[in-house]
Amino acid sequence: MQALIQELKEKIIAVLSLEDINLEDINDNDPLFGDGLGLDSIDALELIVMLDKDYGIKLTDPKEGKVIFQSIETMAAYIAANRLK
Amino acid sequence: MMREAFITESNCITPIGFDVAANVKNIGACVSGIQLHQNSSLMMAPFYASIINDIDLDTAFAKISPAVNYTKLEKMMILALYPIAEKSKLDFNDRTAFILSTTKGNITALKNKSGENFQKAQLPHLAKKVADFFKFKTEPIVISNACVSGIMAVSVAKRLIQSKIYDNIFIVAGDEVSEFVLSGFNSFQAMSDAPCKPYSKNRNGVTLGEAAAAVLVSSNKGSSKIKIIGDGSINDANHISGPSRTGEGLFRSIKSALAEAEIEADQIDYISAHGTATSFNDEMEAIAFNRLGLENTPVNSLKGFYGHTLGASGLLEAVIGIQSVLENKLFVSLGFDELGVSQPINVIEKNENKNSRYFLKTASGFGGCNSAVLFEKVN
Amino acid sequence: MTENKNYIHSFCTIQNNKIVLNDETVFEAESTSFADFSKQAYKKLEINYPKFFKMDSLSKLAFLGAEILLKAEIDPEAENNIALVFANKSSSLDTDVKYQETISHEENYFPSPAVFVYTLPNICLGEISIRHQLKTENSFFIFEEFNPEFLVNYANVLLDTKKADKVLCGWVEYFNEEYKAFLYLVAKEGVVEHQIETIKTVYKK
Repeated sequence: MQALIQELKEKIIAVLSLEDINLEDINDNDPLFGDGLGLDSIDALELIVMLDKDYGIKLTDPKEGKVIFQSIETMAAYIAANRLK
Repeated sequence: MMREAFITESNCITPIGFDVAANVKNIGACVSGIQLHQNSSLMMAPFYASIINDIDLDTAFAKISPAVNYTKLEKMMILALYPIAEKSKLDFNDRTAFILSTTKGNITALKNKSGENFQKAQLPHLAKKVADFFKFKTEPIVISNACVSGIMAVSVAKRLIQSKIYDNIFIVAGDEVSEFVLSGFNSFQAMSDAPCKPYSKNRNGVTLGEAAAAVLVSSNKGSSKIKIIGDGSINDANHISGPSRTGEGLFRSIKSALAEAEIEADQIDYISAHGTATSFNDEMEAIAFNRLGLENTPVNSLKGFYGHTLGASGLLEAVIGIQSVLENKLFVSLGFDELGVSQPINVIEKNENKNSRYFLKTASGFGGCNSAVLFEKVN
Repeated sequence: MTENKNYIHSFCTIQNNKIVLNDETVFEAESTSFADFSKQAYKKLEINYPKFFKMDSLSKLAFLGAEILLKAEIDPEAENNIALVFANKSSSLDTDVKYQETISHEENYFPSPAVFVYTLPNICLGEISIRHQLKTENSFFIFEEFNPEFLVNYANVLLDTKKADKVLCGWVEYFNEEYKAFLYLVAKEGVVEHQIETIKTVYKK
C-alpha cells in the first residue's frame, strides 16, 4: 500500500501539472480538493482518466469521484480494491 | 450621432433546412435536427447529435459551384453566405469587410498528422478559401472566441460600422461535429445520453450539432427591419471552464447592452438564450436573468432543435430569433419539460404569437466569455 | 465623433527566450525550450500563481506578457476596466495537436480534459481575466499575420464608445516552439499616440 501511495503522489504531481509541489508536501490524509491541494473540477476529471488509463478502473458514476478522491489514502484504498492493471 | 447598423440579410444551413424558411417550417412542426447516430469514425458508441446530411449538402453545393476541393465546413459556410452575397449587389471593395466565426474550423484535418494538414487546419487558411470564393477584397477577420463567436461577430460588425471603419460586413459562422469535439465534451462528462433538455430538471448535458449561418450587417437600412442597438462581451473572471455562479459576466454584458440602447430590462420582449442543457450553464443564466429582473421575459434555447453548434450557435440562433420576431412569433424551447433551475424563468413551452419590439440574444462559453446583443424591430 | 486621442502606455515583447518591457530587457534565458524559459521567467518575476503550470504554452505566453504590463496598472481595490483584445495566426493549434494525440491511437485512447480545455484560443484571455479580476470586454481574433490596423481601430472603438477605460492589445502567436508575443496597453492619457505606424515600428523591434 505504501508503494501505491508513493506512486499516486508522483502521478498526481505529473498528471495535474503541480510543478510547485513536492512529494513531501502531500500528506496521505490531506483533502485533495477544497483547502488541501486546491484541486478543481478539471483535475477531478483528469483523475478519472488516470484511474482508467493506469489502473483499468472505469468509473460508471462520476459522482463516485467525490468520495474516492477525498485524499491520497482513500484513492489508494479504492485502487487497491478495484484495479485491473 | 452614431451611425446605425442593421441586419439586412440572413441565411442558415442546418440539418432541418438550407434556408431560413425551411428551418422555420420545421420549427413550427417541432421537427428537430437531433438524431441518434452510429458512426464509429466520430464516436465508438451510438450518440445523439444534429448532423447535416453529406449528400444533401453536396447536391446543394453542386448547384452553385462545380468545384470539389472544399471541405464539408467550407461548403456549409459558402452555401450559407451565397444567396446573401448574390442578393446584395454590393461592390466588394475596401469598405466591405468579411468576418468568419468558428471555434475549431477544419480541425478534422488533424486526423492525419502532417505539415500540410497543420496548414489546412489553420483558420486563416479556411477564411481565405471562403473569402476567395466570393472575391472579398479586405483581409478576412476571424473570430475564434469559443461558443460566443457567432454572436460576437454581430457585435464586432456593429462596432466597426458605427465607427465608420466599414459600411457593410458579411458574417459567416460555422462549426462541424467532429471526433475532436465529441471526445472532448465526453471527457468533460458534459454530453447528454438523450436529446438535450435545456433548463429542465432532468437535463444532463449537451447534444452537439453542426450548422452554418450568415448575415449582412450594413449602415444602409434599405428594407431591413432589424437594428442592432446595444452589445456587451464581458468575462466572468471566475473559472476557465465553469461559468460564474452569480452569472457576473453575462449580467454585465446584458447591462452594457441595455445602457447603450438606453432601454430598461423590462422592455425586452424576448430572449434567445444559450441554454446548452448542462447543469451549470442553465443555472447561471437563470441567476443572471433574475438579477436583471428578466424572470418573466419569454426565453428559449434553440439547442433542442439544433444541438450545440459551437461557433455557429450565437449567429444561427440570432437568425432564427430574428425571423420569429419578424413573423410576430415565439418559438418553443424544444426539449424543455419541468423547470430545473433554482430561479424562475419564463421558458417558452409551445409555438405562439407575440409582437416583439426589443429582443436579446445571449451566449456564453469556455474561458468565462459571454456575449449579449440587443436588437430592435423597426419599420 | 469627438476628436479623442488615445495613447500607448507601455508595451512588451516576448520572443527568443527574452522578455522586453518598453525597450528594457526584463528577463533573458539561455537558449532553451519554451516550457523551461517560461518556468524560469515565472520564478524570476516571482509570480507565485501555481495555476500557471496547468496552462498550455499559448496561455503561459499571454499570461506572462499581461503580468509584465498589468502589474503596475492594476488597482486591487478598484474595478479595472481594461479590455483584452488579442489575436494570433495559429489559434490554439499547438494544443489542438497535443489533444489529437490523446485520441489518435485506438489502443491508447484517453481524451484529456485538462488538455481539451485549452483547445480554444480565448482561454488565455480567461486566464488573464481571472488573475487580474478583469470583468471586462474580451475578444480573440485570428489573422494570417500581425494586423496593427485592426487592433488600433478596434481598441479605439472600445475606448471611444466607453466600453473600456484602457485596452490591452496582444499578438500572441505560438506553434511548435516558435513563439512571439507583442502586447501593448492603450489608454486615454499618455505621450505616444496610438497609431498604426507607431505600432508597426514597435512590433518590428
